[in-house]
Amino acid sequence: MTPPAVVRDAEAPPARGTLIGEWIAARGGLVLLASALFVFLTLPLAMLFVRSFEDRSGAFVGLVNFMRYVQSPALAQSTWNTLTFAALTTAVVVPMAFLFAYAIQRTCIPAKGLWRSIALLPILAPSLLAAISFIYLFGNQGVLKALLPLFGLNTIYGLPGMVLAMTFSTLPHAVMILLASLSLADARLYEAADAMGTTARRCFMTVTLPSAKYGLVSASMVTFTMAVSEFGVPKVIGGNYPVLAIDIYKQVIGQQNFQMGAVVGLVLLVPAVVAFAIDAIVQRRQKALLTARSVPYAPKRVALRDALFLAYVMAISAYMLGVILMAAYGSVVKFWPYNLSLTLDHYRYGFEEAGVEHAYRNSLVMAGLCAVLGAAITFAGAYWVEKTRGADGLRPVIRLQAMLPMAVPGMVLGIGYILFFNNPANPLTVLYGTMAILVASTIVHFYSSSHLTAVTALKQLDGEFESVSASLKVPFYKTFTRVTLPVCLPTVIDIARYYFVNAMTTISAVVFLYSPKTTLAAISILHMDEAGAIGAAAAMATLIVATSAVVTVISLGIEHLILKRTQAWRRTASAR
Amino acid sequence: MADEALKLEGIHKSFGSFVALNDIDLAIRKGEFVCFLGPSGCGKTTLLRVIAGLEQQTRGRVIQDGRDVSALPPAARDYGIVFQSYALFPNLTVAQNIAYGLVNRRKRRAEINARVQELLTLVGLPDAGPKYPAQCSGGQQQRVALARALATSPSLLLLDEPLSALDAKVRERLRGEIRALQKRVGVTTIMVTHDQEEALSMADRVVVMNHGVIEQCGTPAEVYEQPATPFVATFLGRVNVLPGRSLGGGRYRVGACELTLPVDGFAPGTDVRIFVRPEDRYVEGDIAALPNRLSGRISRIDYLGTFCLAEVGCDGIEQPLAVSFSLNQLHDLDVREGGRLDFALRADRVRVFADRAE
Repeated sequence: MTPPAVVRDAEAPPARGTLIGEWIAARGGLVLLASALFVFLTLPLAMLFVRSFEDRSGAFVGLVNFMRYVQSPALAQSTWNTLTFAALTTAVVVPMAFLFAYAIQRTCIPAKGLWRSIALLPILAPSLLAAISFIYLFGNQGVLKALLPLFGLNTIYGLPGMVLAMTFSTLPHAVMILLASLSLADARLYEAADAMGTTARRCFMTVTLPSAKYGLVSASMVTFTMAVSEFGVPKVIGGNYPVLAIDIYKQVIGQQNFQMGAVVGLVLLVPAVVAFAIDAIVQRRQKALLTARSVPYAPKRVALRDALFLAYVMAISAYMLGVILMAAYGSVVKFWPYNLSLTLDHYRYGFEEAGVEHAYRNSLVMAGLCAVLGAAITFAGAYWVEKTRGADGLRPVIRLQAMLPMAVPGMVLGIGYILFFNNPANPLTVLYGTMAILVASTIVHFYSSSHLTAVTALKQLDGEFESVSASLKVPFYKTFTRVTLPVCLPTVIDIARYYFVNAMTTISAVVFLYSPKTTLAAISILHMDEAGAIGAAAAMATLIVATSAVVTVISLGIEHLILKRTQAWRRTASAR
Repeated sequence: MADEALKLEGIHKSFGSFVALNDIDLAIRKGEFVCFLGPSGCGKTTLLRVIAGLEQQTRGRVIQDGRDVSALPPAARDYGIVFQSYALFPNLTVAQNIAYGLVNRRKRRAEINARVQELLTLVGLPDAGPKYPAQCSGGQQQRVALARALATSPSLLLLDEPLSALDAKVRERLRGEIRALQKRVGVTTIMVTHDQEEALSMADRVVVMNHGVIEQCGTPAEVYEQPATPFVATFLGRVNVLPGRSLGGGRYRVGACELTLPVDGFAPGTDVRIFVRPEDRYVEGDIAALPNRLSGRISRIDYLGTFCLAEVGCDGIEQPLAVSFSLNQLHDLDVREGGRLDFALRADRVRVFADRAE
């Protein structure tokens, strides 16, 4: 068979218009993203700095605000309290999470997927939920209140309750990091240790721990930062144990003292930034532990060890489920703990009297917008930064701004937004009090993780797709819609889900930014708790968990369908 | 010149203080198959990317078909490219991949389908159209990438290490196929490779590069048989390097021996290095009658299949010399470890370079 002669047909080069369009699209996207991050992140934070050096009339006063802060014993006490609370939470959560992750990755316990899912459940819940549950259990009317003296405690309100509740909401984040770091193990190291007759204990100390070192640092820093910036938990169960996040709230909302709020915000920024910097430095020193030649480690059965770890994992799961179910149960009990008959009164009360229906609908709209817009902006932004050509000076600026939100507590971002957007001189002040500002602050608040997720997915694609397209005279944005987006669709859905769930549960930034028209479900929990309607608060928290859970299940279902429909081309060539 | 497909003038590329390409001048004729050959980091891939517009040169001009394309973005140039990874779009079928650049040109569907089928047949995969890349073997993916690059009938085909991801056997077969295809289509082709066998067997001309400069540019026979620089001589094939001193008039002293070579131009007393390939020797016939005779004891024989290398400690020369034998010669001449060997150098093949530090 002779192949046909290939006739060269004269092809005109692409129209000038297409080329110019591509030039503009590449640079325009970057300029747009850089300006959006500048306006919605950098400028508000800059305002925080500026305001902290001004008095109420806006005159520059140097360090006066800081001096007043340092001289106020109450505020100094909160700083100390905040650090104690964060350190204690970290000390409890990280070992707990490490053992849990170890059980999943390095032992042969059954039903690992189930335990893992249960441990990640708190992500779906507002952090307030745990505080409410612990009040049900150990609060003034708590059923288990009598047990408190056994632990040397008079009351659950204050540090003990805060740490207990915070453990619940930070554990999944620490577990996720440690699961990832323990999943990387080179079986050859363990075989070598075994061949040299190393004891199990020495093997753990010399092989397992060092390889998990970076994960441990990362998990500690994430837990610490979350606790430092937490607002909901101390608000509900903190009693007379003031922390910085509460101080900011009091200064800004209670006393309308924005300057002092800015100062406290800056103080709060310090531990968060230090933790972020430590993590960044340590991660940079991390070399690739696994080479292409590594052999994945597969745990062997050890009956006693596996049984002990199974018991441990079940205990943690019981704790997680217990906290959620307590809130759910509390929300349907008539009058805790005196009348335990079941009722939907709290839901009815919330919806009919306390304006919760409104707040819940707002939350759904806000979370939906965050999911759609957030996923679109984050993924397109990451693509423009990583895969286009031109305007190379903008890329490092965007990358730096994209990582910044990770180091900025939500409360601090929230004050920055008030100072920047609630400023008559700013034309953007029309956004103040609208849904748009809630969406913008939430997307910015959770931008870093989403951006990293998108970048990771994009880096797994062949780096030459855009070069090939250019040689074929196809503009990059066509390749984006025709190839990149379809290939990365599961990642985009992951990002959308992340935004949705966080938008449903977040309080910290938006607590400064909502208006009566745009109040949110998670915030209404605070209000109902303040009003003493703990049943209604529990009902709202339960509703949020249920909503997040339903959306999570739906999005996982969609992802599963996509993967199933596209598995013909998703199989790697090597698996052929 | 009318038949010049591509002309590079003083191409210079630096990354910070690192000079990746240093004043490269090169002209490529229409229909020519040129290989950029060199060790990793020599700048060959950078040069290819400059030609493609994927990398912007610091200085210099790229002229394609008489048109200065130096400042044009990749999309405004005229070439097809195949990357080492192939960069096939995983979510598109083989046919959709090949049609990728055609669809954008507002052609009729039937016309596109016919062109895709023509290309599939051309690369020997007439039935692969509906498959996804992941369902194809490495060699098949490589040919799909080639078909996609040729689909828009570019005047220049760029191949960036197109065979290095493949098994040795497949690689050898595809060498021949790519070369035959290129001849049939007649497209000017530049291939980057670090594999000298690939370059020598496929190219019309080989451009040997090192440290960002062109060391030599010539036909495979020229660069192998008449290397212009010590680097080319050592990079291509195997070579013995003997330190020596010019005695003038084409005579050289190596250790206690004296060689007479048809290479002159070194003042007496100049230190030189003499490059002798293992096959540049006479071992059969009347050795005693030949000039440049050496003799020595065979200290070791490396058995390499179709031929063998004997390491010979020559009388009067400190450095052992590798001498190659075909398998038949090995038996016929009774070459053994520990045995004696008389041989003469092929003076016409031996290269001499002044000994200066590189």
